[in-house]
Amino acid sequence: MARASGLTREFGERRVLDDLDLEIAPGEFVALIGRSGSGKSTLLRALAGLDRDLAGELTVNGTVAVAFQEPRLLPWKRVWANVSLGLRADDPRSVADAALAEVGLTERAGAWPLTLSGGEAQRASLARALVREPTLLLLDEPFSALDALTRIAMHRLVLRLWAHHGPAVLLVTHDVDEALALADRVLVLSNGQIGLACRVEAPRPRDRDQPALVDLRNRLLAELGVTTEGKK
Amino acid sequence: MSSGPALLVQKPQATTGGGPDRDSRGAPARRVVTRRGLLRLISPVVLLLLWQGESALGIVSQQKLPPPSEVWSTAVSLITTNSPAYGTLQDAMLVSLERVAIGFGVGATVGILVALITGLSRFGEYAADPPMQMLRTLPLFGLIPVFIVWFGIGELPKILLIAIAATIPLYLNTFAGIRSVDAKLVEVGQVQQLRRTELIRHVVLPGALPQMLTGLRLSLGASWLALVVAEQINANAGLGFMINQAEQFNRNDVIFVCLLVYCLLGLLTDALVRLLERRALSWRRNFLER
Repeated sequence: MARASGLTREFGERRVLDDLDLEIAPGEFVALIGRSGSGKSTLLRALAGLDRDLAGELTVNGTVAVAFQEPRLLPWKRVWANVSLGLRADDPRSVADAALAEVGLTERAGAWPLTLSGGEAQRASLARALVREPTLLLLDEPFSALDALTRIAMHRLVLRLWAHHGPAVLLVTHDVDEALALADRVLVLSNGQIGLACRVEAPRPRDRDQPALVDLRNRLLAELGVTTEGKK
Repeated sequence: MSSGPALLVQKPQATTGGGPDRDSRGAPARRVVTRRGLLRLISPVVLLLLWQGESALGIVSQQKLPPPSEVWSTAVSLITTNSPAYGTLQDAMLVSLERVAIGFGVGATVGILVALITGLSRFGEYAADPPMQMLRTLPLFGLIPVFIVWFGIGELPKILLIAIAATIPLYLNTFAGIRSVDAKLVEVGQVQQLRRTELIRHVVLPGALPQMLTGLRLSLGASWLALVVAEQINANAGLGFMINQAEQFNRNDVIFVCLLVYCLLGLLTDALVRLLERRALSWRRNFLER
């Protein structure tokens, strides 16, 4: 689906990605975590084709769609027109409406983006990504600005959409629990490389207190440099 | 005539906000707006009364400063009678309006087209931005003697002057507007695989529009100003001609009428731009909240 080998990206003196290898299988849900500044977003931008100053090999097959951290809706287009942006269809409005129905935003199709709540805007952004039927869906911390309740609802929505459409997903997040709740595989990015990769086998929906997940969480946190000592 | 960039390029918010009718706090604000509107009428009315009262007391001779009542009756007679010295006010107004319309039309078209070229490509910027910046710093009204030598005293130099005055603010603001379009939104366009023309149409131009409209308003203001100056030189029709005639006959009341007409026309065009802004920018928060 997507494969990177020896991927390197430098910003001046700093090597943000350093000879990185990554492979994402079709339909696989991968979460990428790392401390801030570790290069998560750089890797995502590379996969999205938004970065041209890369060294190494990168192949991405099929259609790529991105949902960014901020919803990035064009404020001068109504919600449905944002969703159908760039869509080459005979009837973009009805395709957009169908996508909005899937994310539960049917009534807001004709609204201006600035009148949406944070959760609504992020759902519209997801609809815009999904409407292109991507084979690789890139999610760049799309839930980080949402309140806890909205975030839980969004997690469910993403899992439902993923099950229905079956794209490979790369979710960039700084939230270990989010990664464990959603992904098949969790990757930790450190020093410009994938430092740790672990598979999450537990069936969804996942209870975060399962012993297997608690173990994994501790391993991941340790890799991120957070010790759990002193905690119960 | 404003010449510094600080005056020619404004943040769009600065002019779309401001003013008493921009208080945006939902439905109840409307009533406050009309009350404020009335409150703001008080001081102009008081000034008008003082002006009238002053003339009744005879502090300044009526010849030099005619009272509002006399200005009004002069206006009425200029409209109703076609005097050999002045013609009629409405004819003069039409001539002036035509000059502004043509000059502004030409200038605005050039300004926007050049800004598209310089705003959308580096090559265009290097090729066309320096000459435009040079034009900006040129003292426009210093060109008048040169224009007279080149083009005589007919309509051409007048319209050209207005056109140049209109070009510059629209050029600068459109260029700045295009360059300040949110790069994050441009990225969205790239991710959605918009073609270059689609990117310009759906992302760049709408993003630049608020500042373009600010430029439009400044441009119209500059056009009127250029008209007033251009018409003072050897015009044989129009409001400026009327002022020149009145000066010779020592008729300050006529001059006042002409100045007031300039004011009214300026206000009218400003109101038109506001209307346009409200329609074109209806997605913006300050308009949404009304």
